[in-house]
Amino acid sequence: MTGSVTEVSGPDVLIHASGLTKSFGGAMAVAGIDFDLRRGEAFGFLGPNGAGKSSTMRMIGCVSPPSGGELTILGMDPVADGPAIRARLGVVPQEDTLDVELTVRENLIIYGRYFGLPRPVIAERTARLLEFVQLSDRADDQVEPLSGGMKRRLTIARSLINEPEILLLDEPTTGLDPQARHAVWDRLYRLKQQGVTLVLTTHYMDEAEQLCDRLVVMDRGKIAAEGSPRELIERYSTPEVLELRFNPAEHEQASEKIAGAPAERLEVLADRILVYTRNGDTALAAVRELGLEPLTSLVRRSTMEDVFLRLTGRQLED
Amino acid sequence: MTWSFAVREFRYWLTNYRRTWRGSIYTSFLSPVLYLGAMGLGLGKLVDAHGTARLGGVGYLAFLAPGLLAAAAMQSGIEESTYPVLGSVKWRRTYYAAAASPLRPADIFHGHLLFTIMRLAMNSAIFLLVMAAFGAITSPWVLAAVPVAVLTGLAFAAPVEAWAITVSKDTSFALVFRFGMIPLFLFSGTFFPVTQLPVWIRPLAYVTPLWHGVALCRSLSLGTATLGGALVHVGYLTALAAVSIVVGNRTYRRRLCV
Repeated sequence: MTGSVTEVSGPDVLIHASGLTKSFGGAMAVAGIDFDLRRGEAFGFLGPNGAGKSSTMRMIGCVSPPSGGELTILGMDPVADGPAIRARLGVVPQEDTLDVELTVRENLIIYGRYFGLPRPVIAERTARLLEFVQLSDRADDQVEPLSGGMKRRLTIARSLINEPEILLLDEPTTGLDPQARHAVWDRLYRLKQQGVTLVLTTHYMDEAEQLCDRLVVMDRGKIAAEGSPRELIERYSTPEVLELRFNPAEHEQASEKIAGAPAERLEVLADRILVYTRNGDTALAAVRELGLEPLTSLVRRSTMEDVFLRLTGRQLED
Repeated sequence: MTWSFAVREFRYWLTNYRRTWRGSIYTSFLSPVLYLGAMGLGLGKLVDAHGTARLGGVGYLAFLAPGLLAAAAMQSGIEESTYPVLGSVKWRRTYYAAAASPLRPADIFHGHLLFTIMRLAMNSAIFLLVMAAFGAITSPWVLAAVPVAVLTGLAFAAPVEAWAITVSKDTSFALVFRFGMIPLFLFSGTFFPVTQLPVWIRPLAYVTPLWHGVALCRSLSLGTATLGGALVHVGYLTALAAVSIVVGNRTYRRRLCV
């Protein structure tokens, strides 16, 4: 460690970024972001593909030097102290990097060696981590034929072999079926309960809502908003949303009429009209009073999806 | 610290190799048996009947075998550093797994080279056994030809590996095999003395790394090596490997740390 380490904002800040940028050639992938990650929290980067989430994660993982701005991880400089920082991180990359020709156990042993851990420590942790991700019975099977969800869980086990202080997860459940996603979420939730600091990127709003204590919404390389999921919903959306579907022929006409109805805000999507309101049932009654009869109507709570739509004018998931 | 990190990557390759080592050893025996049988014994009979003055007065088998030892090292050096490198960065993506750990790109490069050196040593030792079985050994100095063959292989593996990490498609490898490896294999003095080539083309043969490897392995095997000649050959091959390692440190960082 260098002698001139400055504690940026208290001892519990594990990652500090200010004005952080990353450009590839002329393209700005990360266009100046600021955030602080505190010990023990689950912090999320929510945004669509191409928002700059993965570039940010790679900079935090010390495998991509920042183009500009300031980034401090565990009090160290990611460019000068890469190996020392990486020794204390766990990384679950977006695409699996397991050696599929080897067995489940061998993948963990190799990773333990990368961190210079002694053989008995690797053996003990391997057994414990395979138990944790429910792969003990597959320990001596080759990785290749495992399902996508099992491979993901193995990658998570592998990332924990060095008992990291920060666990980085880049889109941990992208490409998994719902059942496998829930199994992964369950494991991550347990880690969170154990006090592991999590940093994750996702373009699933439900993932962000379930796992993150605090998150930033990223769009086109910038941070559009920051807060807990609840705070963000309160700040940028209404308590309830009325979703209306009309016959495609009437869709446009109906949206013009409703624009005059009592609603805080209206979003007209290609297939639906979203009426943002304090009370969905009252709003639905008001719509009916206008002489409109939707094909379907649904009153629901606001979600991160609505926050994202409000902030960027675009939908999160396509 | 640097070396211990490279050793961690080397041990990854060892673990990976545990699955395929039997098959690879079989190939390491078979290849010299086929070459020394067909060219050394078969073709050698015709050559020897024609007189061996131009070979330095030794039988064709004794002339050919040490040259093939160096040429085979070149081949395995190139093979170990083409597809395995692209596979690690593109298909299996295991280099990225290592890059997320404390290892630096240069450690990943050096660890892979260490494994290549081990494979070269195994293949060259097996080659020597086959040479002995064929009765192609004339001097105890041939033992020194094994490390020279390893160095020859490294002088190819290091630059090829430094380049392979920059490649995006495996079609580039076919060009290296066809227009690099095969011409060198045929014209660097392995099968006939370079003095048989037209005068104007000989300097080209003398600058190829394989010629240096072949010349030194052969002179050791025949017991005709001189200290001065050996230093020139070893110096040339070592310099090539060293420069390539410096270049590879950069190309690995550019690919794995962007």
